[in-house]
Amino acid sequence: MNDNIDALIAALPDLRSGVFITLQLTVGGVVLAFVIAIVLGLAARSPRWPARVPARVLIEFFRGTSLLVQLFWFFYVMPLFGIQLDALLCGVLALGLNYGAYAAEVVRGSINSVPKGQWEAATALSLSPARKLRKIIWPQAWAIMIPSLANLAVMLLKGTAVAYIILMHDLTWETDQLRQDTGNTFFAYGVGMIIYFLISYAMVLGANALERHAKRRLGQGPPKGGLFSVRITDKATTDPKPAANAGSGGAGVA
Amino acid sequence: MPPTDSTAVAGQPAIRFENVVKKFGDHVVLDDLNFDVQRGERVTLIGPSGSGKTTILRLVMTLEHLTGGYVFVDGEPLTHMEVNGRRVERRPKDVARTTQKIGMVFQQFNLFPNMSVLENITEAPVHVLGRSQDQARTRGLELLDQVGLADKADEHPTRLSGGQQQRVAIARALAMDPEILLLDEVTSALDPELVGEVLGVLRDVAKSTDITMLIVTHEMQFAQDVSHRVLMFDGGSIVEEASPDVMFTAPEHERTRAFLQAVL
Repeated sequence: MNDNIDALIAALPDLRSGVFITLQLTVGGVVLAFVIAIVLGLAARSPRWPARVPARVLIEFFRGTSLLVQLFWFFYVMPLFGIQLDALLCGVLALGLNYGAYAAEVVRGSINSVPKGQWEAATALSLSPARKLRKIIWPQAWAIMIPSLANLAVMLLKGTAVAYIILMHDLTWETDQLRQDTGNTFFAYGVGMIIYFLISYAMVLGANALERHAKRRLGQGPPKGGLFSVRITDKATTDPKPAANAGSGGAGVA
Repeated sequence: MPPTDSTAVAGQPAIRFENVVKKFGDHVVLDDLNFDVQRGERVTLIGPSGSGKTTILRLVMTLEHLTGGYVFVDGEPLTHMEVNGRRVERRPKDVARTTQKIGMVFQQFNLFPNMSVLENITEAPVHVLGRSQDQARTRGLELLDQVGLADKADEHPTRLSGGQQQRVAIARALAMDPEILLLDEVTSALDPELVGEVLGVLRDVAKSTDITMLIVTHEMQFAQDVSHRVLMFDGGSIVEEASPDVMFTAPEHERTRAFLQAVL
């Protein structure tokens, strides 16, 4: 066992750089996927076909083709056409496009599930379509979409493990190095598992905090509590009792 | 009380329905409907559910697409107009200019949950009418005071009771200084004990302003108190039209009598 610990300590700098590559892929992929999700998700619900049809085609294409094959395309096929992309860029592109296509459906579905009355009230106030979407609909859709987007982000993190196939020294690659150094498969992949889990758990906690913040803005949040506090179902939406008035009084009234 | 004098001056009705047809698929809701609402006039639409009353309000607010015919607001075509004998749609920008004159209060309040009570009220005056934040805020607080909710300005709408939410929705509609106010069964979603406070506010608005109102309600006493005219609808057309005193005491039509007997 001591040998394993020694090997682990010796491997720490490499593991750290592996984690760094994995985080770069994850953050890059998540940011790209989010941008793609918003653009395609909004376009897919446009009443105009020149916006809707291309969006649908792209969503179905990138959802329907394997992440691994997409990665191979960017890394091994594009150079055949004279386009040589950096491995990290290939990874970010493949992850972003693949998960962005899934997330676009989440964005579209969440916007559609904002009650129709909210759109109608905004129309009755003559708000412009852009303002309606940005100020009224999006904040409500955002609260709905966070859990699903967080799910996809965690899946994307785990999806970064395919990067070692395009020769990147990510966490999975470094874990495999540790296995070769120690000759202990159980130990090495155990370490890899724990590191992946810690990163994904940090993401989950972050998403929970985002969700609580978004819901509190909608007046639905549970009372303030720590990250580990037990979730209370959103009573405030149906409970108009003055007891719930704790948040803000009548301040600001002249 | 007759409608205000401005009718005579301006000459154009506030709302005119001309040969209006509305279908949902094959289902005809309104068939060749014609009626006018004069400026400053308060008209209540009554009738059994499914008779097309709410659809009329939603057409005026452009929440439904007009299948046939024309709606005019202040003499201007709303969504469709006739050009060289052809019926064409107006550009969205032009429609938006006309709909700015119209406010609506919904059955389900529809306050924006991501904004405070006061922000709900100031959002459109600032971003549609171009008022300053200060102006909009001052007016918003005035309106909240008028609907008896001055102390709720910074509250979250979801923390309010249904009656309070509906009063905020009324203040929000009034903040746009509408010439026309559409009230769509505004008390139907409320617990019975909360109906009075909302109707009280609306009675005040009716008494203190000359806003044209088109009202759909099941509160017949309220209709009788505030309306200049009542239209009885059935099957998408007007069965009877009378002053509230006549409509609620001596209606001519058998259909009206049967309806009123059922609801009163």
